[in-house]
Amino acid sequence: MKYDIVIVGAGPAGMTAAIYGRRANKTVLLLEAASYGGQIINAHKIENYPVEPHISGFEFATKLYEQAKELGAEFKFEKVVGIEDKGDHKLVNTPSASYEAGAVIIATGSDKRKLGVDREDELVGRGVSYCATCDGAFFRKKVVAVAGGTRTALEDALYLADIAEKVYLIHRLDKFSGAEADYDRLKARDNVEFLLNTQITKLNADKKLESIEVKSKDGTVQTVEVSALFVAVGRVPENQNFSAVIDLDDKGYAVAGENCLTRTAGIFVAGDNRVKEVRQLVTAAADGAVAATAAVKYLNS
Amino acid sequence: MAVVKVTRENFENEVIKSDKPVLVDFNADWCGPCKMLAPVLEEIAGSRDDVKIVSINVDDEDILAEDYGVSSIPCLVVVKDGKEVKRSIGFRGKDAVLELLR
Repeated sequence: MKYDIVIVGAGPAGMTAAIYGRRANKTVLLLEAASYGGQIINAHKIENYPVEPHISGFEFATKLYEQAKELGAEFKFEKVVGIEDKGDHKLVNTPSASYEAGAVIIATGSDKRKLGVDREDELVGRGVSYCATCDGAFFRKKVVAVAGGTRTALEDALYLADIAEKVYLIHRLDKFSGAEADYDRLKARDNVEFLLNTQITKLNADKKLESIEVKSKDGTVQTVEVSALFVAVGRVPENQNFSAVIDLDDKGYAVAGENCLTRTAGIFVAGDNRVKEVRQLVTAAADGAVAATAAVKYLNS
Repeated sequence: MAVVKVTRENFENEVIKSDKPVLVDFNADWCGPCKMLAPVLEEIAGSRDDVKIVSINVDDEDILAEDYGVSSIPCLVVVKDGKEVKRSIGFRGKDAVLELLR
């Protein structure tokens, strides 16, 4: 099967690229490994996207999906495992098919970073979570922990402090990067306890998470009883399968400027998986427009 | 068959005493991935007579959710002869749900 533009990932960047590609009369296929929308579908309310002040993540994703479909973009739910550069065309491979493309836009975004402690996978949905706003409500009046030093970790702890009996914020360093205001607000809360210079070494569970073992820098080990552990240790760009055609930086982000061009002619990157300062819906959408416009220009030249 | 809405009143009859394997979908109105999953489950329910698919709203049925230790949704639980045999958390595409039912 042959398309002018194949887009890898149907999040805000990929679906916006599809709109621009279709409006330039190119045939467009989107390949998505999970559901359309990407991580935004977990957002309860989006309040920083122009024009729509309180839209839910689900509604945002669905409207964008319908808009791209209405313009004639095709969607297939398959995971892309590799891209081959054949010069005048590219091959985009999934486990079950190979699609020929004039140009490719990689808009795969990022995935949650795991803590990397034993039994973590097994306990997802049984106390371990990567989304406080999604799952926090299940731990009303319980004792919970947040792991991480990211801005998200601080926001999660603040959100949970309103719901839970007590919140432990566990960070392997003794300071937080950015978000000073959130840190100050957390320090003012009676039900938030900081465990700094501390790592989580073990998860104790029978059917569900019961406690965690933590070890501080000075060697002290203690067991903390919690019903939930919210992991907020950052995200990982999903570029692992594409290093044959694009350059990645030391954190795995695709090296490309605001023009979304990569080292391979005809292959573009858009959205959160690209090296950039600001990762927001509006910048993902902007990347989608830039990458698709560049792809159209490439196809027409 | 369509997806059956289950509450604590009909849970025993629809799930525990079912003669077919049951796929239980724990969900909520505020959960985006749950809404993504719903049409996938409707489609499977429409094409398979050998399994029953039921939907439980965790806000209305917090006791059932608690009984099953649900703390993240969407949560799919496969129940056979009244007992849990498999579980999966988060959005799953059609193929992954069918795999869960194998």
